[in-house]
Amino acid sequence: MKGGKENQVLFDSMMELTDLTITQAHEGLKKKEFSALELCQAYLDKIREKDKSIRAFLTVFDEATASSLALRSTRATEDLALQQAKKVDEMILTGREIPALAGIPCAIKDNILVEDLRCTAGSKILENYIAPYDATVIKKLKEKNCVILGKTNQDEFAMGSSTENSAFGPTHNPHDLTRVPGGSSGGSAAAVAANLCLFALGSDTGGSIRQPASFCGIVGLKPTYGAVSRYGLIAFASSLDQIGPITKTVEDVKIVFEAIKGKDEMDSTSVKTPKIENCKLKIENLRIGVPKEYFIKGIDPEVEEIVKEAIKKYEEMGVKIEEVSLPHTEYALPCYYIIAPSEASANLARYDGIRYGYSEIQNPESKLLEVYLESREEGFGPEVRRRIMLGTYALSAGYYKAYYLRAQKVRTLIKEDFDKVFEKVDALLTPVSPFPAFKIGEKIDDPLSMYLSDIYTVSVNLAGLPAISLPCGKAGKLPVGLQIIGKPFEEEKILEIGEIFEKAWT
Amino acid sequence: MITRKGVQHIAKLARLGLTEKEIEKFQKELSSILDYIEKLKEVDISKTEPTSHSLLVENVMRSDEEIKRGLEKKLMELAPETKEGYLKVKSITRAFAQQK
Repeated sequence: MKGGKENQVLFDSMMELTDLTITQAHEGLKKKEFSALELCQAYLDKIREKDKSIRAFLTVFDEATASSLALRSTRATEDLALQQAKKVDEMILTGREIPALAGIPCAIKDNILVEDLRCTAGSKILENYIAPYDATVIKKLKEKNCVILGKTNQDEFAMGSSTENSAFGPTHNPHDLTRVPGGSSGGSAAAVAANLCLFALGSDTGGSIRQPASFCGIVGLKPTYGAVSRYGLIAFASSLDQIGPITKTVEDVKIVFEAIKGKDEMDSTSVKTPKIENCKLKIENLRIGVPKEYFIKGIDPEVEEIVKEAIKKYEEMGVKIEEVSLPHTEYALPCYYIIAPSEASANLARYDGIRYGYSEIQNPESKLLEVYLESREEGFGPEVRRRIMLGTYALSAGYYKAYYLRAQKVRTLIKEDFDKVFEKVDALLTPVSPFPAFKIGEKIDDPLSMYLSDIYTVSVNLAGLPAISLPCGKAGKLPVGLQIIGKPFEEEKILEIGEIFEKAWT
Repeated sequence: MITRKGVQHIAKLARLGLTEKEIEKFQKELSSILDYIEKLKEVDISKTEPTSHSLLVENVMRSDEEIKRGLEKKLMELAPETKEGYLKVKSITRAFAQQK
């Protein structure tokens, strides 16, 4: 037993351990200031202490989980978070060089497969689904000896903007527990913001990384479509989905993005990221556009003021700011709400009660069609059903041309708007969401008003561009995010632009 | 406004069981979302090609060879009903006969 004073010191250092960034934790591990085991234990303790009120995690990779359904018993103990950490300590002890993510505790959105761990996508239909293999991003993180703490809550199948559509109850915003953390990667964002992990992975189909990052006051990157493999990501809308990092700093985003990106033969839409030649930006050479269509009626005046203030700060630093126009902006949201549900209705057809997932097949009375109807009726929640209905309608005979094909053509125009402005400017600055985090329950009964929280983020997915959200101020106690949109595969540039702001003003 | 029959038709196409209450709810909700989406009709798309993917990726090919990944056991364990190493599906001939 240690003395009281020593305990206090230990306690303080534990508190500090969960305040670190990836870069700081990596330095500490290398210098042996603390072990990977201590770091991991500090996060597991913090999760146990704080996650009762935040509810960011659906599954924690600890001993309690190992004995429950969530793990295959055969591999349970060797893969526990603490075991992963021990391995890193052995590496450090033998004097080996460790990767930047070795021993770094992280959380994974529950629509990304981690072998032998429960993977629900926030849905009752996958409540008992055990991932049979690792997603490519997980394989890459494991190769770097990253420590996976657990799986985070989300809107069912990533459909939603508040994490209220989870079949397992909502996550609470760490800045105000009565409010939503945003969504759909709300569990991941809340976990990072509450210091329950050093970073998290999320997925972004229409803003699902950026909007929760904005609501929780942290940094989130939605990479260029194709930059990160989607293999092992439970599909929502395949032409829009991307996996990306959620972290405390822009520097940390770079480290995680670097680790997970790259062409993967298991995802034929993934591409080799072209190397960006010398990206040491000179501030005075930077030209950044501000799309006038993003500051219109409907935006919360306080949010508008905070974002405009941030833009002014760039200008004061010598960046050339110019107003630009993306004329088809107002059509992005209706366009998205045809394309995403259409793709979803096709992707979610696989949940049939026969191959895996919730099933009514055991009922001896029911016929094949009834197995489909009843398994899907019981297994899917209201928002997922709504979008399957919408998508099926848009793709059905007689409506395909009027809805789906028309939306695809409007998508071309939205993309061309961006192509045109990027001939003149290096990047765009916009708000992430028209309002800060809203109250739990406030929008859940009004799908359209919920959809409006994605009004500034969906265009980026339709055009396949990279964009980050970083905190730029607060409305009361609620964080407000700034979105930086870049040209395809210019993640590095928007991250540097983000870092300029982060270093100078936060 | 989508009709009641329209909602039932879509639900059947989607293989989605609906309760009576939901039919009415979806009638309202889908109609209001579709009204909002009507906005797309304002856009002149007469000279525009559709975009299905933001990236222009050519067909990706691989040689047609069997790849063993050893996942069979894990995948079969996930199935709700199996028999002798196969997924079990309800008889469709019997169901068809009964319908007639």
